[in-house]
Amino acid sequence: MEYRLTEPFTKDKIKDFRAGDKVLVTGTIYTARDAAHKRITEMLERGEDVPFAIKNSIIYYVGPTPAKPGRPIGSAGPTTSYRMDAYAPKLLDMGQLAMIGKGQRSSEVMEAVVRNGAVYLAAIGGAAALMARQVVSSEVIAFDDLGAEAVRKLYVEELPLTVVLDSAGGNLYVEGRENYLKSTVK
Amino acid sequence: MREINVKLIEDKIAELCIEANHYLGDDLKNCMAEMLENESWTVARQMLASIQENIEIAEEGVFPLCQDTGMACVFLEVGQDVHFTGGLLEDAVNEGVRRGYRDGYLRKSIVADPLRRVNTGDNTPAYINTEIVAGDRVKIIVAPKGFGSENMSQVKMLPPSAGEEGVKEFVVKVCSDAGANPCPPIVIGVGIGGTFDKAALMAKKALLKSVDEENEDPYYRDMENELLDRINGLGIGPQGFGGRTTALSVKINAAPTHIAGLPVAVNVNCHVSRHKEAII
Repeated sequence: MEYRLTEPFTKDKIKDFRAGDKVLVTGTIYTARDAAHKRITEMLERGEDVPFAIKNSIIYYVGPTPAKPGRPIGSAGPTTSYRMDAYAPKLLDMGQLAMIGKGQRSSEVMEAVVRNGAVYLAAIGGAAALMARQVVSSEVIAFDDLGAEAVRKLYVEELPLTVVLDSAGGNLYVEGRENYLKSTVK
Repeated sequence: MREINVKLIEDKIAELCIEANHYLGDDLKNCMAEMLENESWTVARQMLASIQENIEIAEEGVFPLCQDTGMACVFLEVGQDVHFTGGLLEDAVNEGVRRGYRDGYLRKSIVADPLRRVNTGDNTPAYINTEIVAGDRVKIIVAPKGFGSENMSQVKMLPPSAGEEGVKEFVVKVCSDAGANPCPPIVIGVGIGGTFDKAALMAKKALLKSVDEENEDPYYRDMENELLDRINGLGIGPQGFGGRTTALSVKINAAPTHIAGLPVAVNVNCHVSRHKEAII
């Protein structure tokens, strides 16, 4: 299936997404990777306000290259997601709608996706110039000192993604490999 | 003896940092086109086509191929008849990296300390490997290395009894465990023999070879071909979504080792296997 996900982002709009489906996302999403996740988690533990509302948010695991003059952003493909596994379940339990990254996740993250009706979407790893083309605007909203790891508010248009983990427990990395291997057995 | 001002090295390294991050080698582009022809799985074909499109967008718009513009790995082959003037070679290399990453709008991904983790802000220091060779020239290779794939790399000290099959099993297992993480289709560099650290260096240097270059030793050429087939039988596919094209290339470097040892290192690279070189 192919879906278009537009604002307002709600759990209801993603409940039918299944592993292997294609999704084009249009709207405001936030960037955060290793250092930003660590800081956000520490702020939450101290009871402080975090840079953006976690509920119904879409977080893109990315540290873009610097924007050239006249461009909203540099190249912006996904970073490997498992490094965010330590932080993701808490954010999902707070209502985070979707994670965008690439690569395998822990069983804790898989369970949190199912428990919360969330979704894990893969961007195309290493296709950073292609992904960046879909970014209309970008603004650093927190942790500027982290450079590439700062939190950015992005407006994206038809960001092309693939569902990896869905709310029914589907996992494209397992199913895709199995289905392909089955197809090769004569 | 030939005198070379290190400023020449600095300028060339700045250029190579930018070039390597924007333009993929023809060897890899041709290899990917060939793999696409042999790929029957629909989603795998789609992903390979997107990766090819990314290469075109990067070239045309001069955008970095990947946002992880890497740790700058610099390999210098210095002719022993060369005398450097104008400053320290290491300083010149780092200044070249600093300029290349600043002027090329490349990402600064280096932290000054592995545990205290403060970004140096200019992508230095580079990883520098210097080798003394015959002659009066200097060969420079700049290979920006992304860490999504670097993190999936492994070294293992096998017992000699593990033999050829033990080595092959380890290489395939590293690729299988890595799965979708290192942005497949991957490029694999293998180092066999030497010492613990030499094996790792040989594996990294294997990534600098052109993917269409055949191993001179038929024994290792056969092993490279067999490993590529076995890795492409894992079913991981481009981006880990399933398919045949899990790896584009396997290259092996081997070296003499100790009677008690069989070190093996596997350095994993993504499909954006970047390296550019120049000779001064």
